[in-house]
Amino acid sequence: MMEKMILGRYLPADSVVHRMDPRAKLLFIFGFVLIVFLANNFFTYALLGVFTLIVILLARVKIQFLIAGLKPVIIIILFTFFLHVFFTKEGDILAQIGFLSIYKGGVIKGIFIALRFFLLILVTSLLTLTTPPISVTDGIESLFGPLKKVKVPVHELALMMSISLRFIPTLLDETDKIMKAQMARGADFTSGSLSNRVKAVIPLLVPLFVSAFKRAEELAVAMEARGYKGGEGRTKYRLLAWHMRDTLALLFLIGLAAALFALRS
Amino acid sequence: MDIKLREVEYRYAAGTPFERLAITEVSFDIPSGGYTAIIGHTGSGKSTVLQHLNVLLKPLKGEIQIGSRTIAAGRKEKNLKEIRRRVGIVFQFPEHQLFEETVEKDICFGPVNFGVSEGEAKERAREALALVGLPEHVLERSPFDLSGGQMRRVAVAGVLAMQPEVLVLDEPTAGLDPRGRHDMMEMFASLQKEKGMTCVLVTHSMEDAARYADRIVMMHKGRVYKTGTPCEIFSDGPDLTAIGLDVPETVRFQRLFEEKLGRPLGHLCLTPEELAREISRLRGES
Ligand SMILES: Nc1ncnc2c1ncn2[C@@H]1O[C@H](COP(=O)(O)OP(=O)(O)OP(=O)(O)O)[C@@H](O)[C@H]1O
Ligand SMILES: [Mg+2]
Repeated sequence: MMEKMILGRYLPADSVVHRMDPRAKLLFIFGFVLIVFLANNFFTYALLGVFTLIVILLARVKIQFLIAGLKPVIIIILFTFFLHVFFTKEGDILAQIGFLSIYKGGVIKGIFIALRFFLLILVTSLLTLTTPPISVTDGIESLFGPLKKVKVPVHELALMMSISLRFIPTLLDETDKIMKAQMARGADFTSGSLSNRVKAVIPLLVPLFVSAFKRAEELAVAMEARGYKGGEGRTKYRLLAWHMRDTLALLFLIGLAAALFALRS
Repeated sequence: MDIKLREVEYRYAAGTPFERLAITEVSFDIPSGGYTAIIGHTGSGKSTVLQHLNVLLKPLKGEIQIGSRTIAAGRKEKNLKEIRRRVGIVFQFPEHQLFEETVEKDICFGPVNFGVSEGEAKERAREALALVGLPEHVLERSPFDLSGGQMRRVAVAGVLAMQPEVLVLDEPTAGLDPRGRHDMMEMFASLQKEKGMTCVLVTHSMEDAARYADRIVMMHKGRVYKTGTPCEIFSDGPDLTAIGLDVPETVRFQRLFEEKLGRPLGHLCLTPEELAREISRLRGES
């Protein structure tokens, strides 16, 4: 049931994008999130679309998989689209359905915003698809390293993040298992009135919380037993290495930003 | 209620890059009133097969006949509750499914979901608790205050209280102490013999499979490798070791004994008691 979600999952493969330094990928995404907002007309969106397509091709991720895995998100995107279509009153009226009138400006705005949202989701899910969670946290820790000077517990925060990322699939598996076990005992999660459905999740949530807490406790004990005591003086097994391709990727992005500036209206 | 699987195939995460073939071309029958054991190496697809028996998973290919209903690939199925009432599954590590404030309420969860009145459900809870060998005062305790083994028993009681016609058990005794294992296995066997309940047991214990089952299904890499009576299955030792299993202790002992003796005993003995009888009979002869 949960297994189709690709949000936050890593898909091992060998591609340029997989081999990139996680720091470069993080900076790249950060930059991309900023420059997506530069696009404001057909050409700029087309350019962004082509750019995203190239990145996906380079990452060797099949587009059908991305789309199938992002279905839940696509529903939200469609929702924002219709929100704009029905509530933006700009330009000529295209159609009138009862008291609702659809304006040309609204349709265009809806398309653009949905597209922006979609591109953002595509590129960010590429990050998790092509980077093992542990590398993501290594990258974040390294990028925010300077903050250690002002006593921000960067290492601990990064560790917390990597632990949570690590346990998302475990938690989903567990949810699936408990759901099945309760369904085997006649629980029904998919029909009935709202109050019945809320009640129906209790047999799911209680065991889930119990096992999550138990797991957290066991993990803490196991870490202490193996002498873990925070970031101070700790060396790394996986070292990050910045390559030419990482620099190139960022230059590529700067080029895109410049092109968007030139083309936007 | 007979259950028949025909060419069943299932893939996890079908249609995604994480797709994984779990079982394929699985066909076998579970005769009503019998005791069927499913054995196989870790990851051979046993638990996946079990989840088809009450349609928690639907086959991607093939079909399953459960009593008078046929579940075929690619069809929408409604009203599965009836099947789930009649086929009760005890999952691997069922203690993780406990959630109620008291043991009694937890055991009643299944029966009440299937429309049994509260009074009747409580009555069944008491009976089921006795079957799994826990004292009655446990009913008022919180399931989370119990030991792991006690939680396991409560979880098993929760399925027994549904009074299913087919009882499906996925390694129900893993992690219990020897006495607890024995008592629980004997309890399942007596439900099968005396109440006519159909039993399906997944187990890594060849001894249990040999002692209790009347049919054995051997799984290997998502396929049915072989089916037969315990005698048929365990008389071919090399075949078992080839797929990472082994013969029961008793059979191994018998083989060594026959080697020393220089000739085979009358038949393959599946339990120590049987073997002991056979050997003492031999002494009487000489
Ligand atoms: N929820 C799941 N998602 C993806 N793959 C799964 C899932 N559950 C099982 N599998 C895979 O399906 C195959 C069969 O698994 P299954 O759990 O049926 O094996 P099993 O015979 O019960 O093993 P064990 O003896 O360890 O319990 C395995 O390769 C396993 O990795
Ligand atoms: Mg299993």
